Amino acid sequence: MGELLAKEREEIFVKFLEHMNLTAIAIGIGLLIAFPLAVYAYRHKRFYGPLTGVSGLLYTIPSLALFAFLTPYTGLTMVTAEIGLVSYTLLILIRNIVSGLDGVPEDARESALGMGLSPRQLLWQVELPLALPVIFAGIRLATVTVIGLVTVTSLITYGGLGAFILEGIQKLDTSLSILGGVLSLVLAVLVDAAFRRAERIATPWAQSHGVSGMT
Amino acid sequence: MSQAMISFDRVSKRFSGTTDAAVENLSLDIERGETVVLVGPSGCGKTTTMKMINRLIEPSDGRIMVDGTDVLEQDPVRLRRGIGYVIQSIGLMPHRTVAENIATVPKLIGWDESKIKSRIHALVEVFELDANMLSRYPGELSGGQRQRVGVARALAADPPVMLMDEPFGAVDPIVRERLQDQFRDIQKRLRKTIVFVTHDIDEAIKMADRIVILNKGAVIEQYDSPAEILRNPASDFVSRFVGAERGLKRLALVKVSDIDVEDGPVVRMSDSRETALQVMEDCATPWATVVDADGRLHGWIDAAMLSGASNVGSVAARKFSAYVTAESSLRNALDSIVTSRTQVAVVADENDHYRGILSLERISKEIIS
Repeated sequence: MGELLAKEREEIFVKFLEHMNLTAIAIGIGLLIAFPLAVYAYRHKRFYGPLTGVSGLLYTIPSLALFAFLTPYTGLTMVTAEIGLVSYTLLILIRNIVSGLDGVPEDARESALGMGLSPRQLLWQVELPLALPVIFAGIRLATVTVIGLVTVTSLITYGGLGAFILEGIQKLDTSLSILGGVLSLVLAVLVDAAFRRAERIATPWAQSHGVSGMT
Repeated sequence: MSQAMISFDRVSKRFSGTTDAAVENLSLDIERGETVVLVGPSGCGKTTTMKMINRLIEPSDGRIMVDGTDVLEQDPVRLRRGIGYVIQSIGLMPHRTVAENIATVPKLIGWDESKIKSRIHALVEVFELDANMLSRYPGELSGGQRQRVGVARALAADPPVMLMDEPFGAVDPIVRERLQDQFRDIQKRLRKTIVFVTHDIDEAIKMADRIVILNKGAVIEQYDSPAEILRNPASDFVSRFVGAERGLKRLALVKVSDIDVEDGPVVRMSDSRETALQVMEDCATPWATVVDADGRLHGWIDAAMLSGASNVGSVAARKFSAYVTAESSLRNALDSIVTSRTQVAVVADENDHYRGILSLERISKEIIS
């Protein structure tokens, strides 16, 4: 394995970056879509059921089937890969954003309104900061999920570290597949740890008395 | 005629899906600088009434004026910034430090940094908060500290009107009493117009200039000073609500300085034994208060202690276990009477100068009148 690592050093670096890139884009776009929908659903509870229904459906579609379905339209492109990846983030992100907002203590909300915060100030200055631990947990979970899923996109020529896995299968070279799998796992663990640390820094008030997030 | 600070004019509130109105045709004037306590059983509409003032709840009917302006004609956000607001659970923002919490409204209305800072420090003094606390998060404070920070925050931008919904409800009785005393002292200086909601009649009696006793639908049963409500309950509902010990509660509101004290048996240390015995005989008491040459309380003696002595000063007088001052309540005085051997309360001023005595008869006359 050491020999393999040395031989593929450059390739590993490139694929590592590609893997992170695909993941970051998926999470970024996922947040851009999930955030307004979740805030809307939080304020209009009727909308929450259908929203989680649809995003839940997207979550359950087998990734392979989704790529097979999309390829005739969007080709073997990054767009195809990202549509797949983003659709898996939505359920987790929307659910955590809404439940984070729902968990904001009613007394903080009432006193903030009573002091004269506008609805927008209430959202940005009180509700979102207080929902942050749960939202962070959602982003962390979605990111780790996507890191695993990126390997599947190797089937449509992307895939980051998944390329090693696919190559290993095609060449019947198990050590190559293991290399890809282990590196993807290492990436997931590193990113998870980084997020936990960022979360602690972003919510110093939640540290001393244990506000737990939904993981 | 001076205009009321807050006035309700035939205000009603019906929540959708309910048959009875939460507030039914309420008319009420609250004078500038007064603390008015809305009190009544749960579900009587007192909190709804209060929340209509800052439009956290919108009235269905009628008009509410604050400082001469119809609240419905104002932007609710701007209206609320001008009215202090404290709720029972306080609702400090857990993600902001104590200083940031206190600065909330001043920041919203655009005070500059240095003005906010000096205001925070003024409030720290007034509320006797620990300045080290300012950089902590609410989660690190005790219940009593949180409560005080909550009230300080509501006062931060110096609003003329404060709404307080059971602001001392969430702490234990000993802390509550201290917070009530402190806030009453602060209010004596600030003279804010305060609408205070509670279900606790004793708290109402303690805090109020005037009490509004509400029945279901926010129907006013009585709107009067605490003393008047205790002396003269307007209905069976009020006397039931005010409850037992009405007389004792009234005594708590009357100060010793409000009534005339009796002279009582008093002798100087230089007085002879004969003079002292004569004083006791005149007053028909077996004892007399001893004062020094300046008229300060020294103690008390009885006839038996004088036997063999030439003058009062040569007898070791007994100390009073307790005495009351002009600022004490009659309830304190009563307590002093029933626990003292002489069966009277001795009254002195703040420099220990003897003023007279209060007897049980004198106090019960006050309860009956």
